[in-house]
Amino acid sequence: MSRLQNVMIASLRTVLGWVPDRWLPGSRPDALIGRVAAVGRHDVRVDGRAKVTGTARFAAEVAMDRLCYAALVHSTVARGRIARLDTTAAQAAPGVVLVLTHRNMPRLAPPDLIGVSNLSAIGNSSLPVLQDADVRYDGQIVAAVLAETQLQADHAASLVRVDYARADARTRFEQAKADARTPASILIEKNHETKGDADRALAQAAHAVDAVYTTPALNHNAIELHAVTVDWQDDALIVHDATQMVAATAATIARLFGLKKEQVRVFSPFVGGGFGGKGFWDHQIVAVAASKIARRPVRLVLTREGVYRSVGGRSPSEQRVAIGADADGRFTALVHTGYSVMPAYAACPEQFTLGSRVLYRAANVEFLQRHLDLDVVPNTFMRAPGEAIGTFALESAIDELAQAMGLDPIELRRRNEPERHPIHGHPFPQRALTKAYADGAQRFGWTRRAAEPGARRDGEWRIGMGCATGTYPYTRMPGATVRLTLRRDGTATVASSAQEMGMGTATVQIQHAADRLGLTTEAVSFELGDSMLPPAPFAGGSGQTASLLGAVTAAVKELIAELLKLAGNDSPVAGLRADEVQLIDGSVAGIADASRRERFQSLLARAGRDDLTVTATGNLPLEMLRFAMHSYSAIFCELRVSDVTGEVRVDRLLGSFDCGTILNPRTAASQFKGGMIMGLGLALTEETLFDARNGRIMNATLADYHVPSHLDVPEIEVMWTGIPDPRSPLGARGIGEIGITGVAAAVANAVFNATGRRVRELPITLDKLL
Amino acid sequence: MAIRINGSDVAPPTDPRTSLLDLLRDGAGLTGTKVGCNQGACGACTVLVDGTRVLSCLTLAVQVDGRSVTTIEGLGSGGGLHPLQRAFIDCDGLQCGYCTPGQICAAAAMLEEIAAGVPSYLTADLSAPIPVSRDEIRERMSGNLCRCGAHNGIVDAILRVAREQTP
Repeated sequence: MSRLQNVMIASLRTVLGWVPDRWLPGSRPDALIGRVAAVGRHDVRVDGRAKVTGTARFAAEVAMDRLCYAALVHSTVARGRIARLDTTAAQAAPGVVLVLTHRNMPRLAPPDLIGVSNLSAIGNSSLPVLQDADVRYDGQIVAAVLAETQLQADHAASLVRVDYARADARTRFEQAKADARTPASILIEKNHETKGDADRALAQAAHAVDAVYTTPALNHNAIELHAVTVDWQDDALIVHDATQMVAATAATIARLFGLKKEQVRVFSPFVGGGFGGKGFWDHQIVAVAASKIARRPVRLVLTREGVYRSVGGRSPSEQRVAIGADADGRFTALVHTGYSVMPAYAACPEQFTLGSRVLYRAANVEFLQRHLDLDVVPNTFMRAPGEAIGTFALESAIDELAQAMGLDPIELRRRNEPERHPIHGHPFPQRALTKAYADGAQRFGWTRRAAEPGARRDGEWRIGMGCATGTYPYTRMPGATVRLTLRRDGTATVASSAQEMGMGTATVQIQHAADRLGLTTEAVSFELGDSMLPPAPFAGGSGQTASLLGAVTAAVKELIAELLKLAGNDSPVAGLRADEVQLIDGSVAGIADASRRERFQSLLARAGRDDLTVTATGNLPLEMLRFAMHSYSAIFCELRVSDVTGEVRVDRLLGSFDCGTILNPRTAASQFKGGMIMGLGLALTEETLFDARNGRIMNATLADYHVPSHLDVPEIEVMWTGIPDPRSPLGARGIGEIGITGVAAAVANAVFNATGRRVRELPITLDKLL
Repeated sequence: MAIRINGSDVAPPTDPRTSLLDLLRDGAGLTGTKVGCNQGACGACTVLVDGTRVLSCLTLAVQVDGRSVTTIEGLGSGGGLHPLQRAFIDCDGLQCGYCTPGQICAAAAMLEEIAAGVPSYLTADLSAPIPVSRDEIRERMSGNLCRCGAHNGIVDAILRVAREQTP
């Protein structure tokens, strides 16, 4: 987040700009692009049976002898000191094994914070965990109780008496604006970007809009509660965690507790939803410490309230978007600035202006984000951090400008399509947003939209249509590593510490590895969720799939080299170089002369090998810094608004995506829809309500925080251009997060089209339409 | 007395505060029944008691003494999948899989409710047989939250099974 970082990234981009394209990843597009085989097929999930029969094992479900259960006590004040801490009654309660407070907690340093300079750092908070009597936010863990049963632990935790000496707390968004911080960078981008004089261009523009949009705090609300089951066995520590970051969790726990990396093993084969929330938080540290002191295996499952109290969510935001356009609608000015909350001890900026930097061409621009320092649970990344809410502000403003100009909003967007990245000038290897709009508009029947708001009605219901653009960047993480084993019986296994939380990780990686190896999917298996396996990156930034694709590609390349070494002089492929062969139909085969081929089985048998194993890491993802690789979507919404109650019912929702190659249409469609449904929640119902007087969350339950239910979800249509990105493995760009982007604006724009009411404050609840 | 769980008798818990959910997961090792909120808001813990869906987190285990409980582990027969389990896989009515057992148990009982003529808020004609429509399914399944957003696939799966059952 430093100026130094800005200089380094800018220098790296400059240097990469001098490097010939042909030396960079993707210079020869992946040979598998466009081939019709396992990739692109509608395979069902390989773990579907385990999930529908209840045999998929989650972190809180591992049986252990002598297991004891933890319950937590959370602070009920935002700022102060523990003045009195009485654990006598809790200690004496039936079944209690241990009461852990700052008095008997081992002395531990906080984990390294998430940041772009150290990709293995995963800390969400730099605050000490149970190290002293200080309270820094409402919900902070102040004590933990271990007991023989969960009921006993819960009861004993209720007997821990804590009195606080309160201090003044900063809990009001509005007040904190006065001394907001301005970070030098936002993730890897320079924070304050300007071109020309946006203010002057705005003042002189033929058409202009200038408005402020607000979005609330939000929580991930994965249905699986955060859970960890910990077992110290002599010098080894086993941790069954619900985590999006298996390898880094093991490394972090080892560092914190002074263990060697190989002494800690983290298992996380199934995660019951993550969305950014299943990261590294205080409860894992508390569970490990408690197990160490008690010399017993420990299970710690946060209560649903405990998740809200101690695991942060998406920051609220206040965003200004101003757009100036000439008489033809070409943007002369684009301004996107604003505030989000990021306490000094937190690590995750809500990068809401980053999407705006890539979507439109404008002669004059200004982008700037400021951070507010509040005494609240540290915020973290939540599905499409930044873009989910940034596109609400930007794409609402575009709609407002189109309305003011009397221009179709799709046409307005089309007129401002950039030819290169508007800030860096990098080329787009693939960008077909205009096509996504055209295809989506046709399927949706956009021409039936009445340009005049409030023109369509059915009884008490006003009907409207809206659209908006979504976007999310491509990410491929460095360091993704897989182990690949090819056996004499013609089967293969790919292994990596990767995460499965609903994306279909194993399913699509098997499809890819099968094609890459020239095997059927039935012959390939994929192992994940174990930190002893070669390290995968965390599941985040929509980057896991592409990162693993890169690693598998590297491993297969290495496997080919090893196979040719083993082949010897008697093989039909003897003398062929690695780039002269391909793997096809269970064989190594010459590309130029397909008659020169040998089956894996025979090749390995002759070499006297039962199997062949290679481990490889994907090449450096330099394509990210040299090319503007982003995914796009055009979201269409049709809805009804009741005149009587202000209720909004979404009748139709369509997403037209431009995300490169789609690896598995069945699982991809589900992931797109899942993101769009979370977008409906963002638009209409979801809001974590902080009491501004004391910083305490008021609706810390699933009864009071309203995630979309079945009746809120219409039949959703998804479609995609499917045009491969020549610079990425398989031409794929990652699809986990883009689904949520653009949806809130499409809904808000449809609400405007239905009613003539412009709601700039999410969520669009009934009261705002009455 | 005993609680019959998936065909086997289990002794009621000694601690009367034990919920059916905790008895299943911690007592009987049947972790296919999930916990998402422990307060009846999410539906992840849905199981069948004598064929009727209940939220096991809001049910004391002693309340079901002498009754028959079916969990996701006991829904299929003879090691085979229940038609709903098969349909959930085919229609991709799941992602992370955590709410899935509750969704499937709720769906099984819900189809029985429709067949028995139990009306919902959306049922237009209280005297006629109730059609298994998307809207009826969505209304009746709204007590089972899904955060991954598998709603469309879940409704597709249930509709498919309903159509298979009524020729």
